[in-house]
Amino acid sequence: MQRVKHNPLNLALAHLALIIYTIIALFPVLIIIINSFKTRKAIFRDPLALPNSETFSLIGYETVLKQGDYFGYFQNSFIVTVGSLFFILLFGAMAAFALSEYRFKGNTLMGLYLALGIMIPIRLGTVAILQFMVATGLVNTLTALILVYTASGLPIAIFILSEFMRQVSADLKDAGRIDGLSEYRIFFQLVLPLVRPALATVAVFNMIPIWNDLWFPLILANSEETKTLTLGSQVFIGQFVTDWNAVLSGLSMAILPVMILYIIFSKQLIRGITSGAVK
Amino acid sequence: MTTETRPKRRWQILVFLAPAVLVYTALMILPLFGTLKLALYENVNEQQVFVGFKNFATLFGDPNWSEAFWRGLKNNTWFFIIHMLVQNPIGVAIAAMLSVPALRFKAFYRTAIFIPTIMSFVIVGFAWKLILSPLWGIAPGLLDAVGLKHLFQPWLGKEEYALTTIALISVWQYVGIPMMLIYAALLSIPDEVLEAGEIDGITGMKAFWKIKLPLILPSIGIISILTFVGNFNAFDLVYTIEGAMAAPNFSTEVMGTLMFRTFFGHQTQPGDPNMGSAIAMMMFLVILAGVTIYLFFIQTRMRRYQF
Amino acid sequence: MKASRLAGVLLATTVLGTAASAQETTLTIESWRNDDLTIWQDKIIPAFEASHPGIKVVFAPTAPAQYNSALNAKLEAGTAGDLITCRPFDGSLQMFQKGYLADLTDMEVLNNFGDVAKSGWSTDDGSATYCIPMASVIHGFIYNKDAFDEMGLSEPKTTDEFYAMLDKIKEDGNYIPMAMGTADEWEAATMGYANIGSKHWKGEEGRKAVIAGKMKLTEDGWVTAYEELSRWGPYLGDGFEAQSYPDSQNLFTLGRAAIYPAGSWEISGFNAQADFKMGAFPPPVLPGGDCYISDHVDIAMGMNPASPNADAARTFLEWVGSPEFAGLYSNALPGFFSLSNADITLEDPLAQTMVDWRKSCNSTIRPFSQILARGTPNLNTEYWVTSANVIRGTMTPEEAAQHMQDALDSWYTPPAQ
Repeated sequence: MQRVKHNPLNLALAHLALIIYTIIALFPVLIIIINSFKTRKAIFRDPLALPNSETFSLIGYETVLKQGDYFGYFQNSFIVTVGSLFFILLFGAMAAFALSEYRFKGNTLMGLYLALGIMIPIRLGTVAILQFMVATGLVNTLTALILVYTASGLPIAIFILSEFMRQVSADLKDAGRIDGLSEYRIFFQLVLPLVRPALATVAVFNMIPIWNDLWFPLILANSEETKTLTLGSQVFIGQFVTDWNAVLSGLSMAILPVMILYIIFSKQLIRGITSGAVK
Repeated sequence: MTTETRPKRRWQILVFLAPAVLVYTALMILPLFGTLKLALYENVNEQQVFVGFKNFATLFGDPNWSEAFWRGLKNNTWFFIIHMLVQNPIGVAIAAMLSVPALRFKAFYRTAIFIPTIMSFVIVGFAWKLILSPLWGIAPGLLDAVGLKHLFQPWLGKEEYALTTIALISVWQYVGIPMMLIYAALLSIPDEVLEAGEIDGITGMKAFWKIKLPLILPSIGIISILTFVGNFNAFDLVYTIEGAMAAPNFSTEVMGTLMFRTFFGHQTQPGDPNMGSAIAMMMFLVILAGVTIYLFFIQTRMRRYQF
Repeated sequence: MKASRLAGVLLATTVLGTAASAQETTLTIESWRNDDLTIWQDKIIPAFEASHPGIKVVFAPTAPAQYNSALNAKLEAGTAGDLITCRPFDGSLQMFQKGYLADLTDMEVLNNFGDVAKSGWSTDDGSATYCIPMASVIHGFIYNKDAFDEMGLSEPKTTDEFYAMLDKIKEDGNYIPMAMGTADEWEAATMGYANIGSKHWKGEEGRKAVIAGKMKLTEDGWVTAYEELSRWGPYLGDGFEAQSYPDSQNLFTLGRAAIYPAGSWEISGFNAQADFKMGAFPPPVLPGGDCYISDHVDIAMGMNPASPNADAARTFLEWVGSPEFAGLYSNALPGFFSLSNADITLEDPLAQTMVDWRKSCNSTIRPFSQILARGTPNLNTEYWVTSANVIRGTMTPEEAAQHMQDALDSWYTPPAQ
């Protein structure tokens, strides 16, 4: 296309900067993973070395796997995260559409009301939430977690999505209306595909705290059947922990699934972003 | 919009809003409201008694409380300043480099740089404690390799460096967010706009400052306000690295750790939900003030640049 | 997967139908001791279940940092477990006052415990007891015997010998003299101040004098304890300010440090991880002074009054108070010394060494855990920070003492004499 004038020197500099930053970003993760495969002595003697035949050890993983049903935990985390994201995106986009599309009495007020939740950590409402779950019989179910995460993820989802939906061209929607499309179809068929990058952003944004949360699984669903991966691996990171093999292995096992999930998601995310740009 | 369709649309508003409002009200607003209400009460012999603004008077009048609160607020502010000065510029710079069409391996860089963002505080805290540990020798060893060993300090254990170190760890973790948002914004700039600029001889760095930057300002605005809200709610990273006591000597105390320690208690110190709620209320007001300034002064102004 | 689960259910029902005629009850234990999980699962619970068919027990620990906050939330909403592990003194007392711990005064097994043991979990007037005492922990110094032999050192008796010895280890240069850091702050307080301080304030005498208002924390004893602590900095490893608790443990068990200012609970972990011989000595005495040790009642078990399985829970607590449990627990977790009056033989030599100090030294509990931890600021957490500051050198002993006294004065009025 038009941009042939890019100086190869500038490109090389950009690569250099990006490579340096990539190393900074990945270094701590690699340290954890590398050392999780080493014997305790080797971890301390030379933390930067790769495991070799002498220092290689899976003892940490053995300890961790003995302690709990990691695949079950993973399944729980997965269900909770995907379930919550689905409802956050669906309900959030619907509400954002109502706020950005229609003028009605109390619109601004409703926007502020829905944004309030960004400003207070939901952890403060713990006791009342727990009482609600006890009353509805949802304690120790994954549904309880999905409900809480949906509620806590909505404010930021609505905030970002309504921002993006305001930018969707009005001509397009009016054209749809002239063609006799219902408001629902305008929302689902015209607007939603256009804000895909925003949806992907919101999904990534919300996925992280949900996957990594320790507090609500601990309070609302700490039974063996409903334990999430983060809660399950927490057993190794207490105050009296000295078994670094187990800690590092536990952490590695908590990192890997998220990384894989993210790498899968990442392709979708970028596809979403670029398709939005080409509109 | 034509008048005859209007009554129909009223129902749609309700349908679109209802699920979000219901879930959000039941599980967020009501519980939080119930908690914040406690700020106006006091526990007298296991009974909640209404005392008006007494807890706030204690919070600001009793030096034991007020010093802790102001220290927290000050540290939150410093935390925010570092994020604005380091995290967001780095994020924008990386996004700008990634948006250069001729650049290869984009997907690799983008994925790698975002990885810290998807990790839990527990992992981030643990990893950095290891790296910066004076015992493990990773940081001192690396500094030694470039002949700067004398610069090494037990940063996380020194009052004067601990908070800044944690802020930089947080920057490391979250650079991915401004990078992604700005990257998306840069990609959505229509080619015609840039081409028009090129015809006028605006290219390269100049194009970035003169054309692209004004166009991505709304995204920078969203990032700033999200950073603000996140930083003034900061808690988890300090908690996992320095504990609920915000060591050393409370130098990493943020409003979140003070609130958590007060509300839920700590070791042998029992929780005080009333004072804890008063602190939470103040956090809420500080954040509300920031968001209001953004919504009414900054965002309205920025709208003009939209295309 | 599904088939095997179904088979499991079928199997369980047949076993239930034949073996247990009574209905099976499951008790859940709330605890912060996640390190002991496997010991409870493999040793303690099977022993109970073998003699008590019909009661199943689940040990469900929470990481120590979240234990109290998570437990309080669950108690308030009514989802907490049947049995609750009690921290000593004021923390549990307040839970009892809120109605979160059942009154156990009428339980006969309490007769198996002395008054000191019960004091940790009784009201101030001693009229009600709400937890069954389990164990105390003792502070002192654990050392690397191989390193001591190598350098020709012997256990120090007095503070003079102790600091001369630390100088010698430092000079030798092969070992870090003491493995401790100030990053987590609580070690500086418990393994530092409470450990070496009690000889300065003469144990119970000084502690009770402060509670009675007859002594100030700015007086000799309390200040001199900080003064001794302020000498520690140079003997700790480089960058001790950022050294965390697990760092210190690893430093010692990997053989890089000679001495570990310890709590006795470390013994089982150290036995598993260190490959050198270990010994222990009590805090060295002041010249011409007596020996004092911090022998802190630390852990007990109580009952959630809202438990639907009160009878089974009481049965379990009876067992926790029994000599059988005392022997089992003390040997499964060497370093947690049973508070029971029952005669127990300890199999672990290091644990035996430490518990023998009780014969030659005066025992006292940690200085601020009783009564002085009742207000805000709470002295039991304030001394974490002041002790760590004194070791770091960012606060003088006098400033630290003054800070503690000011904190106390801000809410505490001693009882009228």
